[in-house]
Amino acid sequence: MKYTEEHEWLRVEGDLVVVGITEHAAEQLGDVVFVELPELETQVAKGDEVCVIESVKAASDILAPCDGEIVAVNEALPDTPALVNEDPTGDGWFFKMKLDDMSVLDGFMSEDEYKDFIA
Amino acid sequence: MADTEGLQRTVLHDLHLDLGGKMVPFAGYEMPVQFKPGVMAEHLHTRAHAGLFDVSHMGQVILRGDGAAAALERLVPVDVQGLAAGRQRYAMFTDDRGGILDDLMVANRGDHLFLVVNAACKDADIAHMRAHLDGVTVTPVTDRALIALQGPQATAVLAALVPGVADMRFMDVATHAWDGAELWVSRSGYTGEDGFEISVPEARAGALARALLARPEVAPIGLGARDSLRLEAGLCLYGNDITRDTTPVEAALGWAIQKVRRRGGAREGGFPGAGVILRQLEDGPARRRVGLRPEGRAPMRAGTVLFADEAATEPLGTVTSGAYGPSIEGPMSMGYLPAALAAPGTRVFGELRGRRHPAQVVDLPFRPPGYRK
Repeated sequence: MKYTEEHEWLRVEGDLVVVGITEHAAEQLGDVVFVELPELETQVAKGDEVCVIESVKAASDILAPCDGEIVAVNEALPDTPALVNEDPTGDGWFFKMKLDDMSVLDGFMSEDEYKDFIA
Repeated sequence: MADTEGLQRTVLHDLHLDLGGKMVPFAGYEMPVQFKPGVMAEHLHTRAHAGLFDVSHMGQVILRGDGAAAALERLVPVDVQGLAAGRQRYAMFTDDRGGILDDLMVANRGDHLFLVVNAACKDADIAHMRAHLDGVTVTPVTDRALIALQGPQATAVLAALVPGVADMRFMDVATHAWDGAELWVSRSGYTGEDGFEISVPEARAGALARALLARPEVAPIGLGARDSLRLEAGLCLYGNDITRDTTPVEAALGWAIQKVRRRGGAREGGFPGAGVILRQLEDGPARRRVGLRPEGRAPMRAGTVLFADEAATEPLGTVTSGAYGPSIEGPMSMGYLPAALAAPGTRVFGELRGRRHPAQVVDLPFRPPGYRK
């Protein structure tokens, strides 16, 4: 698993990358009550706002971690946004991407590096 | 971490830290926004059991003097002289344009009036009263904390420590003793639940809070849940839902203006902005505070602009408070709409991130209150 400075995790699944937010991020956000997912088959650039999430406290954006195409979204989230808090690294995933260049993953933090980052 | 330099602390600060409170700046104070369980769990706990809130940042003020009630009526549109000893009522300071300077609670405690005002406004309120209440001594109470205990089990919990409170009615005020400390108790609160606000000497506040928290029904509650609780109850937040730019009538607070202060009443008018406010009571205001239920799941928060339809270019009004309501299990907002569009069932659109989403005007409160009349 790889981690971004925006508190997203990236998990390689075949030639795709699954994206979600970290347990730390979910805890900081508080109870998530609304999720708006990106449209399928859209080309996104690193840093694009691709999802909106609202917690009991505030709205925040989920940014595309890399350049690529959105090829799948977690259809369960809009009806059950609490999955983000209950299982942030499992059932609470947001979307899957096909990256333009898989080698960019090497530039992200490892689990140990992320732990230091949030310490 | 939030910058907490220069902020005041309440006497319960150490207790908040012991309980794992996440501290944030609020109205010049460092206050817990939530504890470990989080906003949603704290909200639901208060509705099901009892929640303990530190509201010591709010201003407590005593007014003394023979004509204190008559004098205060020069600043508020409510019937203070008719308020019986041992009773409390809601009021607001108005300005010459009929705008609201602050909202407050006024209690008749026999030989004096006891006021509770908002933290952010308290200095201005005290200066305002000192400038305008001739012959009245205005004394800020600076040696007492204020604790709210709210929820369906609040009475059973507090009565176990202070038996007399069980006989109080909603909006009664009374002095009770607890372990040698003098408590000024009102049966009221700002959550839409039965409960109490307890003014306690600072030296004993920590002990009282810990004694209440020792009960399994009681959990500490932060400002986050306090806000969602008051919004579900349809109650106004000063600075958001009511300001100098809204009158009590526009804010749908006309119920707080008793007949005796209205046109034809024995003590008609005589408060700042009376011309505007009394005319609006008779003719109706041009715009009104309403409840809104967004049809989707996305919350429409404060600042969301409201439109008549998806194409309209002229805004109708603005959302002044909005959040997810944990007990109603959906988003809820309050805001201002033209009077013609303020009837329940009217459909309007709120603009979120460039897109318009439908919302229905609904009756307030969003959830029926649990007050014990």
